[in-house]
Amino acid sequence: MTEKNSETPLKKLMIICAKGTIEDVYAALIMANGAVMEGIEAKLFFTFFGLDAITKKYMNKLHTATVGNPAMRMPGGLAFPSLLGVIPGVEAGVSAMMRKQMDELDIPPVDEFLEMIIAGGGEVYACKLAVDMFKLTIEDLSEHTKAIITVGDLYAMSGGEGSQIIFV
Amino acid sequence: MAQKTYAGKTIEVNEEGYLLNVSDWSKEIAVEMAKEGGIDLTGKHFEVLEYLRKEQAVGTALSIRKVGKSGIVDIKGLYELFPGGPLKYSSKYAGIPKPASCV
Repeated sequence: MTEKNSETPLKKLMIICAKGTIEDVYAALIMANGAVMEGIEAKLFFTFFGLDAITKKYMNKLHTATVGNPAMRMPGGLAFPSLLGVIPGVEAGVSAMMRKQMDELDIPPVDEFLEMIIAGGGEVYACKLAVDMFKLTIEDLSEHTKAIITVGDLYAMSGGEGSQIIFV
Repeated sequence: MAQKTYAGKTIEVNEEGYLLNVSDWSKEIAVEMAKEGGIDLTGKHFEVLEYLRKEQAVGTALSIRKVGKSGIVDIKGLYELFPGGPLKYSSKYAGIPKPASCV
């Protein structure tokens, strides 16, 4: 909306994504992309299940939870019974539908989104601890991943005036 | 609403400097607006501006992704043309309203 002259404008963002559902990963991606589009420096740090978003095998096939998600509704607004969510294929179907709806809004698949963020100067990092825990190597990760770093490295690159860390 | 004088013409702009009337736009105005923002417009810039004007006129919801797929420039190139605000600056100099887009 309106640009105001805030006292300390936001200059730098570190966005940490620790979850691997469509909605969590896209929250992180949209914030990062929105930042670089506004001239704000943005870095993304993926950890724990968030690593799925930069793991080649899973990144473009993220799911949303159809069980235990009270905001999950049927098309039309009726409640989505949790029992329905456990039927094989339902979660995949719902997730595919969500990805399709996002595509209609010009929201790209994860790999293309990362490419857009990097084109704007953003950087993508993976958490060393989580990579070790899931027994992954840099080869398993998207080529958009700049490095596998420690939490100490993360803090070292998150400083400076007008910096914020966001945890998704 | 504010008024601004570009290329010898007084035009109405909003508080962020976007033209209120798309039809007020001319290449000369774009050149002066961009100069204010520290950008010297080149032919490539104008290709983007013309594309945005054309798409806006037919009601397309604009995004950097669309510009990136337009065949004029890729997204990285768009950032290079309009540093620090690929969509907000390009639409400003194109004389169209700022796109309400998150992508």
